[in-house]
Amino acid sequence: MSSAAVTTPARLGWPRWAAPVGVAVAFVAAYLLFRGTGTLPHDKEAPQFLAVTELREWIDDHRNDNPLFLYFLNYIRLFVGGLYEAFETALYALGWPGVTGVMGALAWLAGGWRIALLAVGGVSAFGVLGLWESSVDTLALVGVAVLLSLAIGVPVGVWAGLSSRVRRAITPVLDVMQIMPTFAYLAPLALFFHIGAPAGAIATMIYSIPPAIRITALAVSQVSPTAVEASASLGATRWQTLFKVRLPLARPTMALAINQTIMMALSMVVIASLISAPGLGGDIIRGLSRAQVGIMLPAGVAIVIMAVVLDRMMMAVARRDPHARPRRLDLLTAGALAAAGLALIPVLPKVWPESLTVSLVAEVNDAVRWAEDNWFTVTAWIKDTTSHLLLNPLESLLTSAPWWLVALAVLAVAWRVSGPRPALTALACLLAIALLGVWEHTMQTMTTVAVAVLVTLAVGLLLGVAAARSPRYSALQRPLLDAAQTMPAFVYLLPALALFETTRFTAIFASIIYAVPPVVRLVEDGIRAVPATVVEAAVSAGSTPGQLLWKVQLPMARRAILLAVNQGIVMTLAMVVVGGLVGAGALGYDVVAGFSQRTDFGMGFVAGVATVLLGVMLDRITQGADRRPSPRKRKFT
Amino acid sequence: MLSDGKNEEARVGDSPGNAAISVAGLWKIFGSRARKVLDSADKHLDPAALREKTGCTAAVRDVSFEVRPGEVFVVMGLSGSGKSTLVRCLTRLVEPTAGRISIGGEDVRAASPARLREIRRHQVSMVFQHFGLLPHRKVIDNVAYGLEVQGTPRAARHARAAEILTLVGLDGHADAYPDQLSGGMQQRVGLARALAVEPRVMLFDEPFSALDPLIRRDMQAEVIRLHREVGKTMVFITHDLAEALKLGERIAIMRAGAIVQLGTAEELVGAPADDYVADFVRDVPRDQVLTLRWICRAPEPGEPLDGPELPAATLIRDAIGVASASSRPIKVVAGGELAGVVDRVDLLSFLSGQETVVRAGA
Repeated sequence: MSSAAVTTPARLGWPRWAAPVGVAVAFVAAYLLFRGTGTLPHDKEAPQFLAVTELREWIDDHRNDNPLFLYFLNYIRLFVGGLYEAFETALYALGWPGVTGVMGALAWLAGGWRIALLAVGGVSAFGVLGLWESSVDTLALVGVAVLLSLAIGVPVGVWAGLSSRVRRAITPVLDVMQIMPTFAYLAPLALFFHIGAPAGAIATMIYSIPPAIRITALAVSQVSPTAVEASASLGATRWQTLFKVRLPLARPTMALAINQTIMMALSMVVIASLISAPGLGGDIIRGLSRAQVGIMLPAGVAIVIMAVVLDRMMMAVARRDPHARPRRLDLLTAGALAAAGLALIPVLPKVWPESLTVSLVAEVNDAVRWAEDNWFTVTAWIKDTTSHLLLNPLESLLTSAPWWLVALAVLAVAWRVSGPRPALTALACLLAIALLGVWEHTMQTMTTVAVAVLVTLAVGLLLGVAAARSPRYSALQRPLLDAAQTMPAFVYLLPALALFETTRFTAIFASIIYAVPPVVRLVEDGIRAVPATVVEAAVSAGSTPGQLLWKVQLPMARRAILLAVNQGIVMTLAMVVVGGLVGAGALGYDVVAGFSQRTDFGMGFVAGVATVLLGVMLDRITQGADRRPSPRKRKFT
Repeated sequence: MLSDGKNEEARVGDSPGNAAISVAGLWKIFGSRARKVLDSADKHLDPAALREKTGCTAAVRDVSFEVRPGEVFVVMGLSGSGKSTLVRCLTRLVEPTAGRISIGGEDVRAASPARLREIRRHQVSMVFQHFGLLPHRKVIDNVAYGLEVQGTPRAARHARAAEILTLVGLDGHADAYPDQLSGGMQQRVGLARALAVEPRVMLFDEPFSALDPLIRRDMQAEVIRLHREVGKTMVFITHDLAEALKLGERIAIMRAGAIVQLGTAEELVGAPADDYVADFVRDVPRDQVLTLRWICRAPEPGEPLDGPELPAATLIRDAIGVASASSRPIKVVAGGELAGVVDRVDLLSFLSGQETVVRAGA
């Protein structure tokens, strides 16, 4: 087949770049010819929006007499609400001494004294920050969401791990769920489950369930086939093999599934505050909407602490020596810790004493103001240059081009990169966006995403290659990347907001620092995965380091790099939409407006759907690339 | 060598229907259109053409053989020849596409899932190339696993497992975990696990190919010893000819899913069925495999017949010492009667690889 690929250009008599350039010229000509026609400007009162708003009014009126709600949805709501209250009541009954003791004991069992110290310190920090009650609410919400996610996700994941048919059926659903920007979950849930803690818990559960299913399925299906076969050859039944072989062998990986689920839940629980879920998110949303870093910083710190503590606990469980049993000393110490905590409940006040809290709101706000004043020239320069050189021209290009031309361009690019089927899916998504009446805002969001992705990839590739080539630099960077991946998405808005105030650029900056770590990691791992023998062979043939990189390592890491592109785009989109809270405008703003103003609900809902479609579209444009080993194969598969 | 005791045992199992395992017309075709291929003439295409045309892979093609009780039956072939699929078809770990399999007189292909489990639990057990041990269980619990799934109480199965561990020479390792043992010891655990359920038939799927040569030799000796002690019927898969010759009473050579020759080591080396087999056995030291039966000839007129006497089943190598002690031709005796003679010239020309020339000249 390689010979066919080589002879193709010769037979046609055209250089290889002729076709793409020709197509590009045709697009430019069409744009110049039709500019300004066929645009779809935004209309706040579009009939699509009004219809959804009316639907919501109707549902709110009939929430208590329609059988679907009366006999099904309301029961779910009641059940989840009851579960949340049980968690909350238990945590409040324990009070801060009890929670600290019990968390410390669990952490000790998970990973010894270091983790226990971290847990005790972390839980106390909630009190010191003056956020005890919100933290407990968040913890309860996360607890409910994770419990439900695992209760549903683990059995489904096991099933998917055992049956490739189930796996094939579930995978596309999970794919879409994972590229769905967080905002998109909220409006439909508000529609069906009203607002408040139950709706928040359900939204969080839906967001956090994909890793529970996916990683469980992976863990179960990756179990050594010989072990499974050996078990079958001795006459074990399917259930015996499942419980005696597959599940025990999958256990360490399943700890990772739980960890991922918790991390996702912590990310979402903040955003769920938009539909009035209780907890730390409320402070963050309030701080974001008032552009006051001082209000959101403590809550953000508390969320990060919670994430770090839970992450370290779960990772300690996952990494534990599988043969080790807990020693008696550990059990005793953990018991003593828990008992001490419980014994102190009646002695110490239930509420964290006021005198022990530290309030930093004013100081932080002052510091931010100082930074804004002193760095203004630098940040403003970055902001303005990017806006003038990249953002504005691209945005005017996309919004002034006729819709059909944009659609054709998307089709052409997706077809070239990913093949016909993903291309048609991408086209369908784009056309659906046009029909929904949010074309102009989508084009604006796409502009922001494009710029952010460009920067993300440039930075990510540079750092990834640097890390792959210098072990010392990699060792320096790893812990930072690890920490970055533990943090809930929202936290990234904090420094962005402090530096750039509420502008479009804030979202771009936040999405860059959000998406760079995974890109760096994928690129570095991809280059490192190039077999040592190949590198050795290239070096022994006399390659310079540069030749080694360009001719061997980067081409062989192609799949990993394309996967990094794909991931970068999806993550950037998610963050840009959330950036609607801090002045990114467009779709994100529409979604937020939909929650804050009842009359705009329809627009918010539709914008949420559009973000999903946009996510699927961008994913399809790029995803095909990483499934293809080489461009030569394209014509033959 | 194992072959010493085989004649009596072979005679016991010789009557038809008494075979430990009998396989007839077995096919395994992988692919969604396996049944269609089987019903058409396509099944006779060679593997590459078949894959090109139908997308299916024929791993086992019309294989028939019988294994006598107590025999060590070796299936030998290069990787991709279908030997591992064949052995998995025997207990339907891989579901055969067509054919008949009976183990101990019972039709395996007709067995219900429950009955099949019974067969796997009590009749046939298997040793795997990559051991297939359960890393989360101690050695003793690995060995006892087969008994555990049968529902044997803990104390009883541990007692049995401890006995078997002694038998395979793993005393004192009961509480270790598999990853704390060397490769050879891990495979001993695999062997013990297969033995613990007291099967009638043991299947070995290239059990020693992942081991170092020295350890492999130990393990082969171990299998020979176990076979002598417990007398199980064994089906042994290997890609190593030396291993096949060492262990196998009868050897089936597979190529592209079909058996190209089935016979004793002597038959394979002495009379290869085709070029493929001949190519295979070319480097085998023939004097260590062939017996006097293969080179003896009718005495020429006037040839003295008062030389030393040797049974026809004597290895040629073992006859050299006798020949160098006496200049007379050796009388080769089979069943008390003279089968022929072998003199020094015969031996030398055989050793130099020219026996045909000499025979033509004689």
